Amino acid sequence: MGSMAIEEKKQTAAKPFDEEAASAVVKELRASFVSGKTRSYQWRVSQFKCILKLITKNEREIVDALRSDLSKPELESQVYEISMLKNSCKLAIKELKKWMKPEKVKTSIAVFPASAEIVSEPLGAILVISAWNYPFLLSLDPVVGAIASGNVVVLKPSELAPASSSLLAKLLGEYMDSSCIRVVEGAVAETSALLEQKWDKICYTGNARVGRIVMASAAKHLTPVLLELGGKSPVIVDSGINLQVACRRIIVGKWGCNNGQACVSPDYIITTKDFAPKLVDSLKQELENFYGKNQLESKDLSRIVNPHHFARLTKLLYEDKVCGKIVHGGEMDKTNLRIAPTILLDVPQDSLIMSEEIFGPLLPILTVDKMEDSFDLINSGTKPLAAYLFTNKKKLKEHFVNTVSAGGLVVNDTTIHLAVPSLPFGGVGESGMGAYHGKFSFDAFSHKKAVVYRGFFGDASIRYPPYTKGKLRILKALISGGILSIICALFGRPKA
Amino acid sequence: MEAVREVEETLSEVRQTFKGGRTRSIAWRKKQLSSLLELVNDNEENIFRALDQDLGKHPVESYRDEIGVVKKSINHTLSNLEKWVAPKKVGLPLPMFPTSGWLLPEPLGVVLVFASWNFPISLALDPMIGAIAAGNAVVLKPSEQAPASSSFLANTIPQYMDSKAVKIAEGGAEISELLLQQKWDKIFFTGSQQVGRIVMSAAAKNLTPVALELGGKSCIGVDYMLVGKSLLPLWYIESLKKTIKRFYSESPKDSKCLARVVNKRHFERLRNLFQDPPPTILLDPPLDAAIMTEEIFGPLLPIITVKKIEESIEFINSRPKPLAIYAFTKDANFRRRVLSETSSGTVVFNDILIQFVCEALPFGGVGQSGFGRYHGKYSFDTFSHEKAVVQANFFIEFGSRYPPWNDFKNNIIRSAYNLNYLNVVLLLLGLKR
Repeated sequence: MGSMAIEEKKQTAAKPFDEEAASAVVKELRASFVSGKTRSYQWRVSQFKCILKLITKNEREIVDALRSDLSKPELESQVYEISMLKNSCKLAIKELKKWMKPEKVKTSIAVFPASAEIVSEPLGAILVISAWNYPFLLSLDPVVGAIASGNVVVLKPSELAPASSSLLAKLLGEYMDSSCIRVVEGAVAETSALLEQKWDKICYTGNARVGRIVMASAAKHLTPVLLELGGKSPVIVDSGINLQVACRRIIVGKWGCNNGQACVSPDYIITTKDFAPKLVDSLKQELENFYGKNQLESKDLSRIVNPHHFARLTKLLYEDKVCGKIVHGGEMDKTNLRIAPTILLDVPQDSLIMSEEIFGPLLPILTVDKMEDSFDLINSGTKPLAAYLFTNKKKLKEHFVNTVSAGGLVVNDTTIHLAVPSLPFGGVGESGMGAYHGKFSFDAFSHKKAVVYRGFFGDASIRYPPYTKGKLRILKALISGGILSIICALFGRPKA
Repeated sequence: MEAVREVEETLSEVRQTFKGGRTRSIAWRKKQLSSLLELVNDNEENIFRALDQDLGKHPVESYRDEIGVVKKSINHTLSNLEKWVAPKKVGLPLPMFPTSGWLLPEPLGVVLVFASWNFPISLALDPMIGAIAAGNAVVLKPSEQAPASSSFLANTIPQYMDSKAVKIAEGGAEISELLLQQKWDKIFFTGSQQVGRIVMSAAAKNLTPVALELGGKSCIGVDYMLVGKSLLPLWYIESLKKTIKRFYSESPKDSKCLARVVNKRHFERLRNLFQDPPPTILLDPPLDAAIMTEEIFGPLLPIITVKKIEESIEFINSRPKPLAIYAFTKDANFRRRVLSETSSGTVVFNDILIQFVCEALPFGGVGQSGFGRYHGKYSFDTFSHEKAVVQANFFIEFGSRYPPWNDFKNNIIRSAYNLNYLNVVLLLLGLKR
């Protein structure tokens, strides 16, 4: 290769992914979409099988990438990323035919003879912007949905999980149909270049600040969005429950999910002043059962993703009005980006730790005089992605379910609603808009087209001008009345 | 400043009302809808008059497209509301037994509805019906370009409905801007793409979900026609001319059955598109003419001829996705192609506008014609949050969920996730490692 060619190659390799490059990718993918390739059932199923294959044959590599990015324990990687993804693909393969079928719809007598149905069709080109905490799951689960509905997809994995991002780019490039599915790696510049393009839908998982930026960009092109954001997911703990089981479930939902760095992790606890000491003791006990005495170094806990978030969490913990409230943990290892499971009791409501989503291993406990007060407390904040309640009291449970607004609620457990494919997963208010999982993924990336078939006979002249009083009478009866009105109108007698 | 304060006070009041909880009660929702029905029944003549003033609409059209639509919508909603608000149980994976799960619709909170001027009554009230059915408080902004209808709504609604939960904000662009600066739980907008962008951008600041019912070529009226050359467009045109004469008499301009153009601005706009008086049919205007690149929204009908009717698919696809496509054909194959190869909010074969009368069909656009849908239960859904609820119990415990983790627990959980129950059992019984 001559020196000129080498120089050229170097330049191409160093070329930034700018708007021109983004536009070229979209153009290519749209051409594939227009060719009709992604419409076929066979193509969609083949892509699901490719994802299954790429996961199964690269489990070791995926676990290693997650360990590199997050020090994620193997079991968490296996369960929350690999198994859940596989299940998603298997469900899609099993149900796709049913999902793709048009839905027949009843037509009213006024339009007889006619038949109607709702047909699902792909939107076109989808942009999936993923997050760093579950980099495989939150990248590929939406991609599965986009493919299921017959779209072409660009995936932008999070640069804060670089090993996962690069593995995703490599594996999708090797296994999937790259004329229809692409990975674009990068950070703010690349994401902005992608957001400038016209998409048919954008799916973003992350925080509310960037969610606003994504929606504002989408607005320029009138692109609908699916925003999976976060919030402060509260756990209300009542007395008179099996405290040991409750604590285990809280712990595994909090520290057992990427060490609190999950959008549905319990963020803070609300309990009564009387019950708090018992709760703290039980949490401490179970934490020791799970993670031993040296919890800072436990191999069963993820580390904090990067120095930026480590500094952020340190700031939350060491705010003056808060650091004296630590009742358990608080140990930190800056070099290894580790923070031990930490519990705080009675932090002030106007503290930093109570004003933003924690997204880490700190668990504040707020106390109230009576249980019913907890609802006002929750409703005074923005709507979270999830809310949890531990109680055996039917009335409290009913009040909770009916008045607490959140993406999803769980009574007597935490986070398990994510494993239910028949439930939509999504937020409300600040925690997001739209939902996915299971068939909801298929629906999220489809356009539901209304179709009416009419025959040529049965033409009702009453629809047509010139308009007369008689026609008005019949029209009124047809639209608003029942069969009796229609008969009366036809016979020239208005229904009294 | 006065206007700002008024808007803020309006919003504050409805928010307080929503927080108080009364809009959640089914009884309240039903009462509001019944009152709205009463309003429409008591004021048919007033509505006819307002629509005649704003648009020169004939009572038959006013009934068919506005009053009738609203009445039907209210009745349909009242008959089905109990069903719609009921929690919906869902099936859970076997290993989760006896945990139960269900979907519970709940109101979003305070909703802002922007109505357009072409169907100023139904495009205001139909979304409002959905918002109330879902238990929200509503602020309605009617179009100032249909002033008589706007006034009618502003004066009459407070007489019949809960004025602390349902408010009307009249005015032009300045009021709309002020409203958009506030924080809403949902914004429902019917109108042009240009304003749709402004609405969505404003909504993005507060992460407010939006439903945009936009126009683009066709809105739901017929914007242009595609005809195969071989089918002698001249024959079509003669047929159209004859029909127009039959509907609107020799002098259609004076016909009482033909609505007028809404205002001078739109009249000038249409006059720039073409000189002749309406109803006007044009044959094969140049494709880059304004009449073919903008939404006409007026009584001009261009006819484009293509060599084979199948080419119309390509023609439509080269343009932004419309709100509706109407295809008149008996050819099943062509029908199938239109359905699968074009994209639009709705497709109707062998008729037009009829989709409105089907309550069970969602109404909404795609691409440039908008997103979000309503009508019937879809209205209820669009103004609701479908909350997922799961109830577990304390009895059944799955110890392998908890750390410290090891290979054994790893295997059990993976088997459970893979629905490999045999494996789970074998592992638990110690018959497998």
